[in-house]
Amino acid sequence: MLEVRELSKAFGGLKAVDKASLDVAEGEIVGLIGPNGAGKTTLFAAIAGFHTPDSGRIAFAGHDITGLAPHQVCAAGMVRTFQITQPFARISVRENIMVGAYFRTADRREAMHLAEAVAARVGMTSQLDRQGSDLTVAGRKRLELARALATRPRLLLLDEVMAGLNPTEIAEIVEVIREIRTAGVTILLIEHVMQAVTSLAERVYVLNQGRMIAEGTPAAIAENPEVVEAYLGHGAAKVLRA
Amino acid sequence: MLDPQIILAGVLNGLLAGGIYVLVAVGLTLIYGVLHIINFAHGSLLMLAMYAVFFLWKLSGVDPYVALPIVTAGAFAIGFVLYRGVIGRWSHGKDENILLITLGVSIIADNGALLFFGGDTETIDVPYAGKIIELGAAFLPLPKVISCAAAIAICLGLGLFMARSDTGKAIRAVAKERQGARLVGIDVEHIFAVSYGIGIACLGAAACLLMPTFYVTPQSGYAFVLVAFTTVVLGGMGSFVGAAVGGFLIGITESIGGLLLGEQLGQIGISLIFILILLLRPTGLFGARA
Amino acid sequence: MRNAALAAALLAALVYPLLVPNYLITVGMLMFFTAFIGQSWNVSGGFAGQTSFGHAVFFGVGAYTSTILHVSYGWNPWLAWPVATAMGGLVGAGIAFLSFRAGLRGSYFALITLAFAEVFRIVANSAGFTRGGLGMLIKADSRFENFQFATPIAPYYLALALCLVSLAIAWWLTRSRFGARLVAIRENEDAARALGIDVFAEKVKVLTLSGAMCAAGGTFYAQKYLYIDPSIAFGIDKSVEMLLVTMVGGAGTIFGPLIGSIALTTINELTRNAASVFPALKNVQPLSLVVYGAMLILIVARLPDGFASLLKRRHA
Ligand SMILES: Nc1ncnc2c1ncn2[C@@H]1O[C@H](COP(=O)(O)OP(=O)(O)O)[C@@H](O)[C@H]1O
Ligand SMILES: [Mg+2]
Repeated sequence: MLEVRELSKAFGGLKAVDKASLDVAEGEIVGLIGPNGAGKTTLFAAIAGFHTPDSGRIAFAGHDITGLAPHQVCAAGMVRTFQITQPFARISVRENIMVGAYFRTADRREAMHLAEAVAARVGMTSQLDRQGSDLTVAGRKRLELARALATRPRLLLLDEVMAGLNPTEIAEIVEVIREIRTAGVTILLIEHVMQAVTSLAERVYVLNQGRMIAEGTPAAIAENPEVVEAYLGHGAAKVLRA
Repeated sequence: MLDPQIILAGVLNGLLAGGIYVLVAVGLTLIYGVLHIINFAHGSLLMLAMYAVFFLWKLSGVDPYVALPIVTAGAFAIGFVLYRGVIGRWSHGKDENILLITLGVSIIADNGALLFFGGDTETIDVPYAGKIIELGAAFLPLPKVISCAAAIAICLGLGLFMARSDTGKAIRAVAKERQGARLVGIDVEHIFAVSYGIGIACLGAAACLLMPTFYVTPQSGYAFVLVAFTTVVLGGMGSFVGAAVGGFLIGITESIGGLLLGEQLGQIGISLIFILILLLRPTGLFGARA
Repeated sequence: MRNAALAAALLAALVYPLLVPNYLITVGMLMFFTAFIGQSWNVSGGFAGQTSFGHAVFFGVGAYTSTILHVSYGWNPWLAWPVATAMGGLVGAGIAFLSFRAGLRGSYFALITLAFAEVFRIVANSAGFTRGGLGMLIKADSRFENFQFATPIAPYYLALALCLVSLAIAWWLTRSRFGARLVAIRENEDAARALGIDVFAEKVKVLTLSGAMCAAGGTFYAQKYLYIDPSIAFGIDKSVEMLLVTMVGGAGTIFGPLIGSIALTTINELTRNAASVFPALKNVQPLSLVVYGAMLILIVARLPDGFASLLKRRHA
């Protein structure tokens, strides 16, 4: 469903993403992990049209979407969330989600119903009348998810929706993500912490310093010495094995 | 076609006016470079300083050049207090808030001037106003030459201050990396207020240099604010070299525009430059960022 | 409750000119007119968050378009009105297209609108077809079919109608997809883009709407006062007035510009008598703007949603 080939993006001299490739098949949950600064968010932004790639190709559902603007990518059925949450601060949660819902309908009542339905799915019903700026970290992460979901995407790009949450909140959001997949949405998710991904993803990609260094099942990835080194520093794999 | 001699004279006159624009623009670019704010009150504060120079002359007979230290110091104090009391305190660090607050300041200044000073055009008659320096075909008014030279000297002095003094170094540190500056113990809010004060002090000096050959009305602020922003945007926001080059270019543009298009239409050059730079090259000639 | 209050206010506005002297009818007319052009600013500056310092460019385009068509080409001003309105929309679209294509935001957008207004002012000041700095006089012929008025009553009701139309537009923005998108853009452009909003297109649309509204106000002004010149039409005073009434009343709210305009007009009337109290003042007209400048600062500092938010808080 999503095919990224040899995608590169540099900021000045810094190669944030360096010839990275990945595939996501319909119905999958795929993880993208890597240490801080690996280029995960940049890769997402490039896929979603926020950065124009320096080189490489992105295909979605059989169409080349390289270089399309974010709203066009959204129209194709793919939507991203933000690691640094970006709520519409001075409007209510309901209105926040309605902005996403309006992507599918111009009718206010319908958008409102859709927004409320989505809020129920992510467990925000009790917060519908709160201001966007009044939410806790967990609330903001859910709102990111809800707004994106309200556009009725085929593929969701989730950028660290679990960062900063406590274990209970993580367990809740993992459940929400599972249900979203069950409802037929394909998911590509970035997590900085591996454990969270292990429980959700069928396959995991590992990005380090802009390069894709490994791909496989969570179990295989955890064993991969290159991955361990990427996380813990040079020589760590040897030490761990010893 | 115009006589090249006349064009040359126009260029020279433009350069003379440009020297003062440099000073005004250096103040604006300093404020932008350090605080990352757009000081929309820049023109209006210049206008107030010009009235201060005018009243010093009218009420106590102080020559504008003699008034320079007093007005410059006063302008610094006013800038410092304005930042501490209003702009820094109430903007909550938001770019658009500062734009609106400085707009508020300029509305109060412009209309306050109209309220207390009336709408008349005020000028200062200095005894040396008519003195002319002949330079080839160009006749350059002596006060313009003095003012331009003084403006350049002040800019160089400010540059030296920024390069050498402890305060100057602290200002540059804050401009470059405000978090880092805070970590090494620099009182960033104080530096902000000082920088704003220096930016306004430049206006005080510029007012003294302008008044011997220029006039002031409550609308002068509005007339200057676009000139100042155009200069700074042309050179590149935050760039001192840019402000210097921009000031002279704008002076020449204005002077040549006036020659070619007439007094009225000639002013259009500045607004057009401003628009074109923002649309085509928002980093200006020397700026690093938009 | 709310509807009853609104109905009562509308009724009061309708009977007001029948009860008060002519001078107060004109004050009321000014109030609604300023609310109308304020609302044109609010549509783009308040709802969509695109602060403009140069809205007079649209006002002036409207005033000059209809006046030139009427004076120089003999058009009936009523017919010229929609053309002037469309011109305002066109100029709005043009400025938006250029500015937003170049990626200008925030302060830079505000400043470039000011520069555009200045360019138009200078052109109007120099060009022959605008009669330069002399300005344009519309020959008095006070008949309604000429879009001229013998009494203050007709312009009062016309300004009221304009104000009601602008309120309806603002109400529609609070209820429609277009409005929701504008607010999303104001609150967070990146998030809006991620959610499928074509930010550039929406911004061009809203400035087209705003420019058209403002230009319609320009024509009304020209026909009411039968005279315009480049400073009246394109000067910063009008731009500031539109911004001020909206910011003070409450940007991005339906009634903000009207509340701000009522406050400004009231302060204007109160300060008119200040000359007798403070004989030192040369000129009392600017006093209300000094007060308003101070209010703008206070609003930004303390009440980011304007005075309308005070009312709202009490309702809640
Ligand atoms: N807009 C940008 N401009 C310059 N550098 C950037 C920008 N965005 C990210 N970077 C840099 O690119 C690298 C990758 O960042 P990012 O994609 O955010 O990593 P991750 O999400 O994996 O933590 C980092 O070194 C970061 O500092
Ligand atoms: Mg990241």
